Amino acid sequence: MIRLDGVGQVFEGRGGRVQALDGIDLHVRQNEFVTLIGRSGCGKSTLLRLIAGLLPPTYGGVEVAGEPVTGPRRDVSFMFQRPALLPWRSVISNVMLPVEISGGDSERSKSQYRDRAHELLDLVGLKGFERRLPHELSGGMQQRVSLCRSLIRSPKVMLMDEPFSALDALTRTELSAELQRIQMELATTIVFVTHSIEEAVVLADRVAVLTPRPGRLREIVEIDIPRPRSLGQNAHLADVAQISGHLHGLLAERPHDQVDVPEARR
Amino acid sequence: MSSRGSWLTTSRTAAVLLPVVGLIAAIGLWWAATVVFTIEPFLLPSPLDVVETFLEQPGYLLKETGVSLLETMGGFLLAIVVGVPIALLIVRSAVLERLVYPLLLGVNAIPKIAIAPLLVVWMGFGMFPKVVMVLLVCFFPIVISTATGMKSTPVELVELLRSLNASRSQEYFKLRLTYAMPQIFTGLKVAISLAVIGSVIAEFVGAQAGLGYVISSSGQSADTALAFAAITLLSIMSIILFYGLVLLEQKLLPWAQETR
Repeated sequence: MIRLDGVGQVFEGRGGRVQALDGIDLHVRQNEFVTLIGRSGCGKSTLLRLIAGLLPPTYGGVEVAGEPVTGPRRDVSFMFQRPALLPWRSVISNVMLPVEISGGDSERSKSQYRDRAHELLDLVGLKGFERRLPHELSGGMQQRVSLCRSLIRSPKVMLMDEPFSALDALTRTELSAELQRIQMELATTIVFVTHSIEEAVVLADRVAVLTPRPGRLREIVEIDIPRPRSLGQNAHLADVAQISGHLHGLLAERPHDQVDVPEARR
Repeated sequence: MSSRGSWLTTSRTAAVLLPVVGLIAAIGLWWAATVVFTIEPFLLPSPLDVVETFLEQPGYLLKETGVSLLETMGGFLLAIVVGVPIALLIVRSAVLERLVYPLLLGVNAIPKIAIAPLLVVWMGFGMFPKVVMVLLVCFFPIVISTATGMKSTPVELVELLRSLNASRSQEYFKLRLTYAMPQIFTGLKVAISLAVIGSVIAEFVGAQAGLGYVISSSGQSADTALAFAAITLLSIMSIILFYGLVLLEQKLLPWAQETR
């Protein structure tokens, strides 16, 4: 579904050239859930933006559904760390924003999308909040609205940039359970960036570990734990702990390279 | 005592009543001063003289108020029509910003009263030069507030629209302009007060109507009470226009009170 071949990204900043990514080869299969982890500044958000078509790679090829990526695609949705809701729009019209901005499929009418929006809001437990404004909702509810918005056009690929990192632990657990359920139901392909090892393990079919400066793929770890999994209680806690330990080891390598540079985004 | 204090700070009636009490007290002091120090009415008329003057010719004074109001509103609306597109262009193009910005600053730096006689030379004695003066005076805060507001749109919202393949005009009209509305309103509130000042200074020079004209001609005939009546009408007009904007903002932007 997603294919990255020898992808590299160089930013020309005021402080000179910054090699953000180098030699990334990654193939994400259809309906696969891949999490990307790495230290801050390792280029994971940049990688996600390359797949989204928000940023052209300096070199290498990016393909989605067999086509080279030249710009944002209709069947790819992007979810941000912050809910990014328009404060003057009600919940329902925030969810409908993608349809309004660049249209939906030709076979679905606007009212069908509206019905779909109600279904999605129902699915994430926001029935009855359709007419509310974003500021009337909690952070977790806002991020649920954002999730519905990224699902409204039934994307083939969902790109998620640390979407749960600003939420409290309980909401985070709930939402990651919901996300797994939604993914199984809708058969979407998901690439999910996180800096939480546990979250990466619980959600993913495969975890891709990035090393910083330049961002390279250190290892791809298969997670063979049956679903549904949860962050809280889990029948496979020992497995999760063992893999987490391994990932922690990978991330902790090269401790001399810890100068924290804010993650380059554009 | 403490319960009375809380009534004075929280109650809605008190919120309306207190400013009125303050106003009445100030007018009372003014009146007392004219009586106690026996000030000549042509130096400082008492509040009663002012009210009397107004009641002698209410039709005339209200008609002049109407002229000033028309000039103020005309120039103000024109400033929005001209200012908002200029702000849009400035935000869109860095080249244009560098090209135009110093020019705008320069125009704004000119004391507007200095060009009032020129406007008369160019445009005559009618209403038009007054409208242009108001435009010149209140155009700058509108441009600045609109441009800053649009530039302050959060990165993630801009990126969201890009990820949805939004066109540039969608980005500007569906997102940036709406996002800037609370800041635009701040600019409008500054501008409306300036607009009233603009219309008056324009009327000081080469006018035959308007409250500014009433004030300058009553100065020549030492009819101080008339000048005071006109000034009072001006400030009432200014206050009403300002609160009109406040109400409009509350009506149009219910989301803004909570998110800012």
